[in-house]
Amino acid sequence: MDGSPLRLISTNPVDTLARTVEALLVVASQPLTVDEIAEATADDPERVETALGLLGERFREGRSGIVLEHVSGGYAFRASREAADACARMFERPVERNLSQAAMETLAIVAYLGPVSRPEIARIRGVAADSTVAGLVERGLIAEAGREAGPTGAVRYRTTPLFERVFGLESLAALPRLDDLGAEAEEIRTRLLTIAS
Amino acid sequence: MGLAVRDLELDLDAFEGPFDLLLALVVKDQIAPAEVDVAGIIVAFVERLAERDELDLEACGEFLVLIAALLELKARYLFPEEEAELAELEPQEAAEELARRLAEYRRMKEAARWLAERLDGERERYFRLGPAPLAPVFERRLADQDPARLAQALRGLAVEPPKVSLSHMALRFPPVGQFLERFRAVLRRRRVFDFDTEVHGLSRVEQAVAFLALLELRKSGEIALAQARPFAPIRVTRAEQERNLQWTAARSA
Repeated sequence: MDGSPLRLISTNPVDTLARTVEALLVVASQPLTVDEIAEATADDPERVETALGLLGERFREGRSGIVLEHVSGGYAFRASREAADACARMFERPVERNLSQAAMETLAIVAYLGPVSRPEIARIRGVAADSTVAGLVERGLIAEAGREAGPTGAVRYRTTPLFERVFGLESLAALPRLDDLGAEAEEIRTRLLTIAS
Repeated sequence: MGLAVRDLELDLDAFEGPFDLLLALVVKDQIAPAEVDVAGIIVAFVERLAERDELDLEACGEFLVLIAALLELKARYLFPEEEAELAELEPQEAAEELARRLAEYRRMKEAARWLAERLDGERERYFRLGPAPLAPVFERRLADQDPARLAQALRGLAVEPPKVSLSHMALRFPPVGQFLERFRAVLRRRRVFDFDTEVHGLSRVEQAVAFLALLELRKSGEIALAQARPFAPIRVTRAEQERNLQWTAARSA
Protein backbone atom coordinates (compact mmCIF):
# COMPACT_ATOMS: atom_id res chain seq x y z
CA MET A 1 0.00 0.00 0.00
CA ASP A 2 1.41 3.32 -1.04
CA GLY A 3 -1.15 5.32 0.92
CA SER A 4 -2.93 6.68 -2.18
CA PRO A 5 -6.78 6.48 -2.13
CA LEU A 6 -8.58 3.57 -3.88
CA ARG A 7 -9.81 4.51 -7.36
CA LEU A 8 -13.19 2.75 -7.48
CA ILE A 9 -14.50 4.98 -10.27
CA SER A 10 -12.49 5.36 -13.42
CA THR A 11 -11.75 8.85 -14.54
CA ASN A 12 -11.16 7.77 -18.13
CA PRO A 13 -13.22 10.24 -20.27
CA VAL A 14 -14.86 7.45 -22.32
CA ASP A 15 -15.81 5.68 -19.07
CA THR A 16 -17.44 8.87 -17.86
CA LEU A 17 -19.31 9.17 -21.14
CA ALA A 18 -20.34 5.50 -20.93
CA ARG A 19 -21.88 6.10 -17.49
CA THR A 20 -23.87 9.03 -18.87
CA VAL A 21 -25.03 6.95 -21.84
CA GLU A 22 -25.99 4.19 -19.42
CA ALA A 23 -28.11 6.67 -17.48
CA LEU A 24 -29.82 7.89 -20.64
CA LEU A 25 -30.65 4.34 -21.67
CA VAL A 26 -32.11 3.58 -18.25
CA VAL A 27 -34.42 6.59 -18.45
CA ALA A 28 -35.42 6.07 -22.10
CA SER A 29 -38.51 3.99 -22.83
CA GLN A 30 -37.53 3.45 -26.46
CA PRO A 31 -34.27 2.75 -28.30
CA LEU A 32 -31.96 5.77 -28.65
CA THR A 33 -29.91 6.35 -31.78
CA VAL A 34 -26.23 7.28 -31.68
CA ASP A 35 -27.12 10.77 -32.90
CA GLU A 36 -29.72 11.24 -30.16
CA ILE A 37 -27.24 10.15 -27.50
CA ALA A 38 -24.53 12.36 -29.00
CA GLU A 39 -26.90 15.34 -28.89
CA ALA A 40 -27.96 14.63 -25.30
CA THR A 41 -24.39 14.17 -24.10
CA ALA A 42 -23.07 17.01 -26.27
CA ASP A 43 -20.34 14.66 -27.39
CA ASP A 44 -18.92 13.23 -30.56
CA PRO A 45 -20.91 10.35 -32.23
CA GLU A 46 -17.75 8.30 -32.67
CA ARG A 47 -16.94 8.57 -28.95
CA VAL A 48 -20.56 7.65 -28.21
CA GLU A 49 -20.15 4.49 -30.30
CA THR A 50 -17.00 3.66 -28.35
CA ALA A 51 -18.91 4.19 -25.10
CA LEU A 52 -21.71 1.96 -26.39
CA GLY A 53 -19.11 -0.69 -27.18
CA LEU A 54 -17.93 -0.56 -23.56
CA LEU A 55 -21.51 -0.81 -22.31
CA GLY A 56 -22.19 -3.69 -24.69
CA GLU A 57 -19.33 -5.59 -23.11
CA ARG A 58 -20.44 -4.77 -19.59
CA PHE A 59 -24.15 -5.47 -20.17
CA ARG A 60 -24.25 -8.74 -22.04
CA GLU A 61 -25.93 -12.11 -21.60
CA GLY A 62 -24.32 -14.17 -18.83
CA ARG A 63 -22.62 -11.20 -17.26
CA SER A 64 -25.46 -8.92 -16.26
CA GLY A 65 -29.20 -9.03 -15.59
CA ILE A 66 -29.51 -6.12 -17.99
CA VAL A 67 -28.47 -6.54 -21.61
CA LEU A 68 -27.69 -3.79 -24.11
CA GLU A 69 -29.15 -4.54 -27.52
CA HIS A 70 -29.11 -2.87 -30.92
CA VAL A 71 -32.73 -2.88 -31.98
CA SER A 72 -35.16 -0.77 -34.00
CA GLY A 73 -32.42 1.53 -35.26
CA GLY A 74 -31.10 2.37 -31.80
CA TYR A 75 -29.75 1.06 -28.52
CA ALA A 76 -31.84 -0.06 -25.56
CA PHE A 77 -31.64 -2.09 -22.39
CA ARG A 78 -33.64 -5.24 -21.86
CA ALA A 79 -33.75 -7.99 -19.27
CA SER A 80 -31.34 -10.87 -19.75
CA ARG A 81 -32.80 -14.12 -21.05
CA GLU A 82 -31.92 -15.95 -17.83
CA ALA A 83 -34.32 -13.57 -16.02
CA ALA A 84 -37.14 -14.28 -18.50
CA ASP A 85 -39.02 -16.71 -16.23
CA ALA A 86 -39.06 -14.24 -13.34
CA CYS A 87 -40.13 -11.47 -15.70
CA ALA A 88 -42.89 -13.68 -17.09
CA ARG A 89 -44.27 -14.24 -13.60
CA MET A 90 -44.43 -10.52 -12.91
CA PHE A 91 -45.06 -8.81 -16.25
CA GLU A 92 -47.55 -9.17 -19.08
CA ARG A 93 -46.63 -8.90 -22.75
CA PRO A 94 -49.79 -7.17 -23.93
CA VAL A 95 -48.46 -6.06 -27.31
CA GLU A 96 -47.88 -9.50 -28.75
CA ARG A 97 -50.34 -11.53 -26.68
CA ASN A 98 -52.87 -13.52 -28.74
CA LEU A 99 -51.80 -12.16 -32.11
CA SER A 100 -54.02 -14.07 -34.55
CA GLN A 101 -52.97 -15.53 -37.88
CA ALA A 102 -54.91 -12.70 -39.57
CA ALA A 103 -52.96 -10.15 -37.51
CA MET A 104 -49.62 -11.76 -38.41
CA GLU A 105 -50.47 -11.74 -42.12
CA THR A 106 -51.59 -8.10 -41.93
CA LEU A 107 -48.40 -7.20 -40.06
CA ALA A 108 -46.33 -8.93 -42.75
CA ILE A 109 -48.13 -6.98 -45.50
CA VAL A 110 -47.65 -3.65 -43.71
CA ALA A 111 -44.01 -4.43 -42.90
CA TYR A 112 -43.13 -5.36 -46.49
CA LEU A 113 -45.41 -3.08 -48.51
CA GLY A 114 -46.02 -0.18 -46.10
CA PRO A 115 -47.21 2.48 -46.28
CA VAL A 116 -50.21 0.46 -47.41
CA SER A 117 -53.97 1.08 -47.16
CA ARG A 118 -56.69 -1.17 -45.75
CA PRO A 119 -58.26 -1.82 -49.20
CA GLU A 120 -54.85 -2.97 -50.44
CA ILE A 121 -54.45 -5.29 -47.43
CA ALA A 122 -57.97 -6.64 -48.05
CA ARG A 123 -57.14 -7.19 -51.73
CA ILE A 124 -54.08 -9.27 -50.88
CA ARG A 125 -55.63 -11.29 -48.05
CA GLY A 126 -59.08 -11.62 -49.63
CA VAL A 127 -60.76 -10.67 -46.34
CA ALA A 128 -61.78 -7.27 -44.99
CA ALA A 129 -58.98 -5.89 -42.86
CA ASP A 130 -60.81 -3.23 -40.84
CA SER A 131 -60.91 -4.90 -37.44
CA THR A 132 -57.46 -6.48 -37.77
CA VAL A 133 -55.87 -3.15 -38.67
CA ALA A 134 -57.69 -1.42 -35.80
CA GLY A 135 -56.38 -4.08 -33.40
CA LEU A 136 -52.79 -3.65 -34.58
CA VAL A 137 -53.06 0.15 -34.30
CA GLU A 138 -54.36 -0.27 -30.76
CA ARG A 139 -51.40 -2.48 -29.87
CA GLY A 140 -49.06 0.16 -31.31
CA LEU A 141 -47.51 -2.21 -33.87
CA ILE A 142 -48.69 -0.17 -36.86
CA ALA A 143 -49.66 3.50 -37.24
CA GLU A 144 -51.16 5.85 -39.77
CA ALA A 145 -48.77 7.18 -42.39
CA GLY A 146 -50.64 9.59 -44.63
CA ARG A 147 -53.32 8.96 -47.21
CA GLU A 148 -53.43 7.53 -50.69
CA ALA A 149 -53.52 9.99 -53.54
CA GLY A 150 -56.74 9.99 -55.55
CA PRO A 151 -60.45 10.28 -54.82
CA THR A 152 -60.65 7.58 -52.12
CA GLY A 153 -57.80 9.01 -50.03
CA ALA A 154 -57.65 5.83 -47.94
CA VAL A 155 -55.48 6.00 -44.82
CA ARG A 156 -52.15 4.23 -45.22
CA TYR A 157 -50.32 2.35 -42.48
CA ARG A 158 -46.74 1.45 -41.67
CA THR A 159 -45.06 -0.47 -38.88
CA THR A 160 -43.83 1.38 -35.79
CA PRO A 161 -40.49 1.20 -33.99
CA LEU A 162 -42.33 -0.88 -31.39
CA PHE A 163 -42.94 -3.54 -34.06
CA GLU A 164 -39.20 -3.77 -34.71
CA ARG A 165 -38.49 -3.92 -31.01
CA VAL A 166 -41.06 -6.60 -30.24
CA PHE A 167 -39.76 -8.75 -33.08
CA GLY A 168 -36.14 -8.01 -32.16
CA LEU A 169 -35.27 -6.43 -35.52
CA GLU A 170 -32.52 -3.85 -35.95
CA SER A 171 -34.64 -2.38 -38.76
CA LEU A 172 -37.10 -3.49 -41.46
CA ALA A 173 -34.06 -4.31 -43.58
CA ALA A 174 -33.50 -7.28 -41.24
CA LEU A 175 -36.63 -8.96 -42.63
CA PRO A 176 -35.89 -11.77 -45.09
CA ARG A 177 -36.21 -10.83 -48.76
CA LEU A 178 -39.76 -11.36 -49.99
CA ASP A 179 -38.52 -13.21 -53.07
CA ASP A 180 -36.78 -15.73 -50.82
CA LEU A 181 -40.13 -16.58 -49.24
CA GLY A 182 -41.90 -17.29 -52.51
CA ALA A 183 -40.46 -20.64 -53.59
CA GLU A 184 -43.85 -22.35 -53.35
CA ALA A 185 -45.60 -19.40 -54.99
CA GLU A 186 -43.78 -20.09 -58.23
CA GLU A 187 -45.13 -23.63 -58.11
CA ILE A 188 -48.68 -22.32 -57.82
CA ARG A 189 -48.14 -20.06 -60.78
CA THR A 190 -46.90 -22.92 -62.96
CA ARG A 191 -49.66 -25.27 -61.82
CA LEU A 192 -52.41 -22.75 -62.49
CA LEU A 193 -51.04 -21.84 -65.89
CA THR A 194 -50.88 -25.53 -66.79
CA ILE A 195 -54.51 -25.99 -65.82
CA ALA A 196 -55.58 -22.87 -67.71
CA SER A 197 -53.78 -23.75 -70.93
CA MET B 1 -76.61 -40.86 -44.17
CA GLY B 2 -75.26 -38.11 -46.48
CA LEU B 3 -73.24 -35.15 -45.37
CA ALA B 4 -75.58 -32.18 -44.88
CA VAL B 5 -73.70 -29.21 -46.30
CA ARG B 6 -76.16 -26.72 -44.92
CA ASP B 7 -75.62 -28.01 -41.38
CA LEU B 8 -71.85 -27.68 -41.65
CA GLU B 9 -70.78 -26.06 -38.37
CA LEU B 10 -68.39 -23.12 -38.83
CA ASP B 11 -66.15 -21.33 -36.37
CA LEU B 12 -64.82 -18.27 -38.21
CA ASP B 13 -63.64 -14.85 -37.01
CA ALA B 14 -66.83 -13.17 -38.21
CA PHE B 15 -69.33 -15.96 -37.68
CA GLU B 16 -69.98 -19.07 -35.63
CA GLY B 17 -72.81 -21.43 -36.52
CA PRO B 18 -74.23 -23.49 -39.38
CA PHE B 19 -73.32 -22.75 -43.00
CA ASP B 20 -76.91 -22.14 -44.15
CA LEU B 21 -77.37 -19.46 -41.48
CA LEU B 22 -74.19 -17.75 -42.69
CA LEU B 23 -75.52 -17.78 -46.26
CA ALA B 24 -78.86 -16.37 -45.10
CA LEU B 25 -77.11 -13.56 -43.20
CA VAL B 26 -74.92 -12.71 -46.20
CA VAL B 27 -77.93 -12.64 -48.54
CA LYS B 28 -79.79 -10.38 -46.09
CA ASP B 29 -76.76 -8.04 -45.90
CA GLN B 30 -76.38 -8.69 -42.17
CA ILE B 31 -72.80 -9.92 -42.69
CA ALA B 32 -70.59 -8.22 -45.27
CA PRO B 33 -69.26 -10.83 -47.73
CA ALA B 34 -65.83 -9.27 -47.24
CA GLU B 35 -65.88 -10.42 -43.61
CA VAL B 36 -66.34 -14.08 -44.55
CA ASP B 37 -63.24 -16.25 -44.55
CA VAL B 38 -64.07 -18.51 -47.52
CA ALA B 39 -60.87 -20.52 -47.08
CA GLY B 40 -61.93 -21.25 -43.49
CA ILE B 41 -65.27 -22.64 -44.71
CA ILE B 42 -63.52 -24.84 -47.26
CA VAL B 43 -61.15 -26.17 -44.61
CA ALA B 44 -64.12 -26.97 -42.34
CA PHE B 45 -65.88 -28.82 -45.17
CA VAL B 46 -62.79 -30.78 -46.17
CA GLU B 47 -62.24 -31.77 -42.55
CA ARG B 48 -65.83 -33.03 -42.35
CA LEU B 49 -65.30 -34.97 -45.57
CA ALA B 50 -62.10 -36.49 -44.23
CA GLU B 51 -63.96 -37.83 -41.19
CA ARG B 52 -66.00 -40.07 -43.50
CA ASP B 53 -64.81 -43.27 -45.20
CA GLU B 54 -66.49 -42.56 -48.54
CA LEU B 55 -66.59 -39.54 -50.82
CA ASP B 56 -70.04 -37.95 -50.78
CA LEU B 57 -70.27 -36.60 -54.33
CA GLU B 58 -73.72 -35.12 -53.82
CA ALA B 59 -72.52 -33.11 -50.82
CA CYS B 60 -69.41 -32.03 -52.73
CA GLY B 61 -71.51 -30.81 -55.64
CA GLU B 62 -73.86 -28.87 -53.39
CA PHE B 63 -70.94 -27.38 -51.52
CA LEU B 64 -69.21 -26.32 -54.72
CA VAL B 65 -72.34 -24.52 -55.95
CA LEU B 66 -72.85 -22.70 -52.64
CA ILE B 67 -69.21 -21.78 -52.09
CA ALA B 68 -68.89 -20.56 -55.69
CA ALA B 69 -71.90 -18.29 -55.22
CA LEU B 70 -70.46 -16.99 -51.98
CA LEU B 71 -67.09 -16.44 -53.61
CA GLU B 72 -68.65 -14.50 -56.46
CA LEU B 73 -70.58 -12.31 -54.03
CA LYS B 74 -67.44 -11.62 -52.07
CA ALA B 75 -65.38 -10.88 -55.17
CA ARG B 76 -67.97 -8.39 -56.42
CA TYR B 77 -68.07 -6.78 -53.00
CA LEU B 78 -64.29 -6.54 -52.65
CA PHE B 79 -63.43 -5.45 -56.18
CA PRO B 80 -66.43 -3.65 -57.66
CA GLU B 81 -64.28 -1.41 -59.83
CA GLU B 82 -62.27 -4.30 -61.20
CA GLU B 83 -65.25 -6.24 -62.50
CA ALA B 84 -65.22 -4.68 -65.95
CA GLU B 85 -61.45 -4.79 -66.11
CA LEU B 86 -61.28 -8.52 -65.31
CA ALA B 87 -64.18 -9.34 -67.61
CA GLU B 88 -62.13 -8.05 -70.51
CA LEU B 89 -59.28 -10.44 -69.75
CA GLU B 90 -58.68 -13.51 -71.88
CA PRO B 91 -58.81 -16.81 -69.91
CA GLN B 92 -55.01 -17.10 -70.09
CA GLU B 93 -54.58 -13.54 -68.81
CA ALA B 94 -57.15 -14.11 -66.07
CA ALA B 95 -55.26 -17.22 -64.96
CA GLU B 96 -52.01 -15.28 -64.91
CA GLU B 97 -53.63 -12.53 -62.87
CA LEU B 98 -55.03 -15.09 -60.44
CA ALA B 99 -51.64 -16.79 -60.21
CA ARG B 100 -49.98 -13.44 -59.55
CA ARG B 101 -52.39 -12.69 -56.72
CA LEU B 102 -52.12 -16.16 -55.23
CA ALA B 103 -48.35 -15.94 -55.39
CA GLU B 104 -48.43 -12.55 -53.67
CA TYR B 105 -50.66 -13.88 -50.91
CA ARG B 106 -48.53 -16.99 -50.49
CA ARG B 107 -45.42 -14.85 -50.03
CA MET B 108 -47.22 -12.82 -47.36
CA LYS B 109 -48.33 -15.99 -45.60
CA GLU B 110 -44.73 -17.18 -45.59
CA ALA B 111 -43.64 -13.79 -44.24
CA ALA B 112 -46.29 -14.06 -41.51
CA ARG B 113 -44.98 -17.52 -40.61
CA TRP B 114 -41.44 -16.13 -40.42
CA LEU B 115 -42.65 -13.34 -38.13
CA ALA B 116 -44.52 -15.82 -35.92
CA GLU B 117 -41.39 -17.97 -35.57
CA ARG B 118 -39.34 -14.87 -34.86
CA LEU B 119 -41.79 -13.79 -32.17
CA ASP B 120 -41.67 -17.25 -30.66
CA GLY B 121 -37.88 -17.00 -30.50
CA GLU B 122 -38.09 -13.61 -28.83
CA ARG B 123 -40.33 -14.80 -25.99
CA GLU B 124 -37.51 -14.40 -23.50
CA ARG B 125 -36.85 -10.76 -24.37
CA TYR B 126 -38.42 -8.46 -21.79
CA PHE B 127 -38.00 -4.72 -22.04
CA ARG B 128 -39.58 -1.56 -20.75
CA LEU B 129 -42.56 -0.49 -22.79
CA GLY B 130 -42.99 3.20 -23.40
CA PRO B 131 -46.29 4.95 -23.80
CA ALA B 132 -47.75 6.44 -26.97
CA PRO B 133 -44.70 8.39 -28.21
CA LEU B 134 -43.40 5.09 -29.64
CA ALA B 135 -45.93 5.41 -32.42
CA PRO B 136 -45.08 8.07 -34.98
CA VAL B 137 -47.38 11.03 -34.56
CA PHE B 138 -49.42 11.66 -37.65
CA GLU B 139 -50.76 15.16 -38.08
CA ARG B 140 -54.17 15.31 -39.71
CA ARG B 141 -54.89 18.78 -40.99
CA LEU B 142 -58.40 20.09 -41.54
CA ALA B 143 -59.28 21.52 -44.92
CA ASP B 144 -59.61 25.31 -45.15
CA GLN B 145 -62.92 26.46 -43.67
CA ASP B 146 -65.13 29.43 -44.46
CA PRO B 147 -65.74 31.36 -41.18
CA ALA B 148 -69.26 32.37 -42.28
CA ARG B 149 -70.22 28.73 -42.86
CA LEU B 150 -68.73 27.70 -39.52
CA ALA B 151 -70.75 30.43 -37.78
CA GLN B 152 -73.88 29.23 -39.56
CA ALA B 153 -73.22 25.67 -38.41
CA LEU B 154 -72.67 26.85 -34.83
CA ARG B 155 -75.90 28.86 -34.91
CA GLY B 156 -77.67 25.69 -36.02
CA LEU B 157 -76.27 23.90 -32.98
CA ALA B 158 -77.28 26.72 -30.64
CA VAL B 159 -81.00 26.38 -31.44
CA GLU B 160 -82.86 24.67 -28.64
CA PRO B 161 -84.24 21.38 -29.91
CA PRO B 162 -88.04 20.89 -29.79
CA LYS B 163 -89.30 19.18 -26.67
CA VAL B 164 -90.17 15.57 -27.15
CA SER B 165 -93.76 14.77 -26.27
CA LEU B 166 -94.23 11.81 -23.95
CA SER B 167 -97.99 12.17 -23.76
CA HIS B 168 -98.52 8.94 -25.67
CA MET B 169 -96.71 7.06 -22.91
CA ALA B 170 -99.08 8.12 -20.10
CA LEU B 171 -101.49 5.45 -18.83
CA ARG B 172 -105.06 6.66 -18.41
CA PHE B 173 -106.98 4.66 -15.82
CA PRO B 174 -110.78 4.92 -15.89
CA PRO B 175 -112.35 5.14 -12.40
CA VAL B 176 -113.21 1.82 -10.74
CA GLY B 177 -116.61 3.29 -9.77
CA GLN B 178 -117.56 3.45 -13.43
CA PHE B 179 -117.33 -0.34 -13.70
CA LEU B 180 -118.97 -0.91 -10.30
CA GLU B 181 -122.06 0.93 -11.55
CA ARG B 182 -121.92 -0.80 -14.89
CA PHE B 183 -121.79 -4.32 -13.39
CA ARG B 184 -124.55 -3.49 -10.88
CA ALA B 185 -126.74 -2.26 -13.75
CA VAL B 186 -126.10 -5.46 -15.69
CA LEU B 187 -126.98 -7.58 -12.63
CA ARG B 188 -130.20 -5.65 -12.21
CA ARG B 189 -131.19 -6.73 -15.72
CA ARG B 190 -129.70 -10.23 -15.68
CA ARG B 191 -129.00 -12.67 -12.85
CA VAL B 192 -125.84 -14.03 -14.47
CA PHE B 193 -123.31 -12.57 -16.90
CA ASP B 194 -119.98 -13.54 -18.39
CA PHE B 195 -117.13 -11.18 -17.40
CA ASP B 196 -115.06 -11.85 -20.52
CA THR B 197 -118.00 -11.10 -22.81
CA GLU B 198 -118.82 -7.96 -20.88
CA VAL B 199 -115.32 -6.47 -21.17
CA HIS B 200 -114.72 -7.64 -24.73
CA GLY B 201 -113.47 -4.79 -26.91
CA LEU B 202 -112.06 -2.73 -24.02
CA SER B 203 -108.39 -1.83 -23.77
CA ARG B 204 -106.07 -3.86 -21.50
CA VAL B 205 -106.01 -1.06 -18.93
CA GLU B 206 -109.81 -0.84 -18.94
CA GLN B 207 -110.09 -4.62 -18.59
CA ALA B 208 -107.71 -4.52 -15.61
CA VAL B 209 -109.79 -1.79 -13.90
CA ALA B 210 -112.99 -3.76 -14.69
CA PHE B 211 -111.45 -6.80 -12.98
CA LEU B 212 -110.63 -4.66 -9.92
CA ALA B 213 -114.28 -3.59 -9.83
CA LEU B 214 -115.30 -7.25 -10.01
CA LEU B 215 -113.09 -8.09 -7.01
CA GLU B 216 -114.54 -5.12 -5.16
CA LEU B 217 -118.11 -6.40 -5.72
CA ARG B 218 -117.09 -9.87 -4.58
CA LYS B 219 -115.45 -8.44 -1.47
CA SER B 220 -118.60 -6.54 -0.55
CA GLY B 221 -120.67 -9.73 -0.99
CA GLU B 222 -122.75 -8.43 -3.88
CA ILE B 223 -121.71 -11.10 -6.33
CA ALA B 224 -120.42 -14.65 -6.52
CA LEU B 225 -117.74 -15.71 -8.96
CA ALA B 226 -117.26 -19.06 -10.65
CA GLN B 227 -114.74 -20.38 -13.15
CA ALA B 228 -114.80 -23.90 -14.58
CA ARG B 229 -111.02 -24.11 -14.93
CA PRO B 230 -108.05 -21.76 -15.06
CA PHE B 231 -108.40 -19.23 -17.89
CA ALA B 232 -112.02 -20.30 -18.55
CA PRO B 233 -114.61 -17.47 -18.75
CA ILE B 234 -115.48 -15.94 -15.36
CA ARG B 235 -119.17 -16.33 -14.54
CA VAL B 236 -120.63 -13.56 -12.38
CA THR B 237 -123.84 -14.20 -10.41
CA ARG B 238 -125.93 -12.08 -8.06
CA ALA B 239 -125.07 -13.16 -4.50
CA GLU B 240 -128.68 -13.94 -3.40
CA GLN B 241 -129.23 -15.87 -6.65
CA GLU B 242 -126.24 -18.01 -5.84
CA ARG B 243 -127.45 -18.63 -2.33
CA ASN B 244 -130.90 -19.68 -3.71
CA LEU B 245 -129.27 -22.09 -6.11
CA GLN B 246 -127.23 -23.66 -3.30
CA TRP B 247 -130.34 -23.97 -1.13
CA THR B 248 -132.31 -25.62 -3.99
CA ALA B 249 -129.46 -28.01 -4.63
CA ALA B 250 -129.26 -28.91 -0.94
CA ARG B 251 -132.97 -29.60 -0.72
CA SER B 252 -133.13 -31.78 -3.80
CA ALA B 253 -130.21 -33.79 -2.41
